[in-house]
Amino acid sequence: MKHLMTGLALGALLAATPALAQDTKVIGVSIPAATHGWAGGMNYFAQEAVERLEATYENLDFVLATASDPAKQVSDIEDMLATRNIDALVVLPFESEPLTGPVQGVAESGAWVTVVDRGLSQEGIEDLYVAGDNPGFGRVSGEYMASKLPDGGKIVVLRGIPTTIDNERVEGFQAATEGTGIEILAMEHGNWNRDDSFTVMQDFLSKYPEIDAVWASDDDMAIGVLAAIEASGREDIQFVLGGAGMKEMVKRTMDGDAMIPANVTYPPSMIATAIEITAVGLVSNAPVSGEFIIGSVLVTPENAGQYYFPDSPF
Amino acid sequence: MTATQTPPARAPRRGLPSMTVLGPILALLVLLAIGMFLNENFLSHANITNVLARSAFIGIIAVGMTFVITAGGLDLSVGSMAAFIAGLMILVMNAALPALGIGVPIILLGMATAVAAGLAAGFLNGILITSLGIEAFIVTLGSMGIYRSLVTWLADGGTLSLDFGLRTFYRPVYYDGILGIGWPIIVFAVVVILGEIAMRSAVFGRHCAAIGSNDQVARYSSINVNRVRLMTYVFLGLLVGVATIMYVPRLGSASASTGLLWELEAIAAVIIGGTVLKGGFGRVWGTVIGVLILSLIGNILNLTDLVSPYLNGAIQGAIIILAVILQREGRAGG
Repeated sequence: MKHLMTGLALGALLAATPALAQDTKVIGVSIPAATHGWAGGMNYFAQEAVERLEATYENLDFVLATASDPAKQVSDIEDMLATRNIDALVVLPFESEPLTGPVQGVAESGAWVTVVDRGLSQEGIEDLYVAGDNPGFGRVSGEYMASKLPDGGKIVVLRGIPTTIDNERVEGFQAATEGTGIEILAMEHGNWNRDDSFTVMQDFLSKYPEIDAVWASDDDMAIGVLAAIEASGREDIQFVLGGAGMKEMVKRTMDGDAMIPANVTYPPSMIATAIEITAVGLVSNAPVSGEFIIGSVLVTPENAGQYYFPDSPF
Repeated sequence: MTATQTPPARAPRRGLPSMTVLGPILALLVLLAIGMFLNENFLSHANITNVLARSAFIGIIAVGMTFVITAGGLDLSVGSMAAFIAGLMILVMNAALPALGIGVPIILLGMATAVAAGLAAGFLNGILITSLGIEAFIVTLGSMGIYRSLVTWLADGGTLSLDFGLRTFYRPVYYDGILGIGWPIIVFAVVVILGEIAMRSAVFGRHCAAIGSNDQVARYSSINVNRVRLMTYVFLGLLVGVATIMYVPRLGSASASTGLLWELEAIAAVIIGGTVLKGGFGRVWGTVIGVLILSLIGNILNLTDLVSPYLNGAIQGAIIILAVILQREGRAGG
């Protein structure tokens, strides 16, 4: 009797497994851990998208892994492929070079690959590429700066961590301000960090007796810059332009703070866009391969309400 | 025997100070001269105040680090510890806001939290190192990771911010002072003076040096080695708490990137100042010079356009190594 029962159960299990594998598709999501504000927001939006999609589609299953360094991310992806047999991978690479090989391995296994924000070092691996527009981020910032200072002016620029992202943004900004009468007094790396940008701004204030505006290029850096200006008691700086749309800063723009008249988005929620589109591709016959570039939008007091997410950590 | 040998050994020291003493001072003077030459605002009151105030965090911590290193230990966790304490302080103050309201009591509560957390964190490091006999490098490497993760977790990956009204009230602790000298500078100076006295004139400093040069001999000389070592870590934890009290009012926030690499800056400052990394000899005033040298390099590089900003780290590194080479040559010659 006992044997019969086990046999039956085994039979039922064997019959059930292939059916289950056919119905349920697994999407692996691999992203860097929340090491700074923007990444924290990205983690929040990834988790939110996964929860929402799991509730919407019964036949989709998600594996979410956050990595604190590229090596850990490589292991995560290898584990997903080996133990969960993923049908699709959504990956925001920590660094392009070390992740290219492992992601190529996933693509060769036949799984769908979506790459987010940072491209791989070899073209043609991914089925879908979702990214922000870094040159556009710089261009929109530069154009705003030029429109706000129609008669020209002296500005200082805080740059991020030395990376391709930062270079593309600064080049876009320089191209947009060229020939407008805006003079860039100096550029220095504030490393997307409040403390570093505070220090750099203090030294800019000592060095230049007159500064009309600051392109902080990031909201974390804008906070450091604002604190340094406030402490110096200087009145010559008309405004500070940050970027990336941190909720506290968007709120201040919304409330009409003259020092922070605008913001330029580089939304961490682009990870949610990538997960959504990948899920649509798996459950429907809508074609989703190609590139999806999310534009950087100028946030002003008029439209700030649309870009204010009080629940997000960023 | 000993009495006849001591005078000849001491005689050269009484003449000209050796390079171990002069090296860091010379390096500081050279930097000051370069700064003056390159920018006329370098010696302005505002710039000097800025540099001293921003040196205060690392400086206060580095004074504690001097004792830990002198006693043959090391603490890699101070940067993460500062971030964690800052996060904890902000959470506690925000949570107490409805009950206490904005005023002096809530600031005192925040300060007490920072001091208590610093003492506890230092005690934990110290007790693991002394009672369980685990290498200081390993214990503090572990606690460095733990505190860094804890602050990321507390902040939910984002940034912890002090309530705006509270921040405005607390702000003067960083930005104001007496007679134009900021509070961070005053606190830093007091910590240095107390540290210098403890290192030079108190039994504690002599015990640290004895343990650092040979802990077996120290043990036979009836020094309670474990207790003194534990005290150096507790003392350092306390100073990390004090540094955090000065740090939080500056920007009113803490995140995963707060205090990043502070431990290495503090250790570098201690070594530039002439304290021996292996232990056995420490110099608190040297540490102050080391901290100032590190801050001034960054300040001068920001005030001039001579070097590509990409090379800031390389210049800092070269100056650290140069400062130590200067001391070594002095030691070989004298």
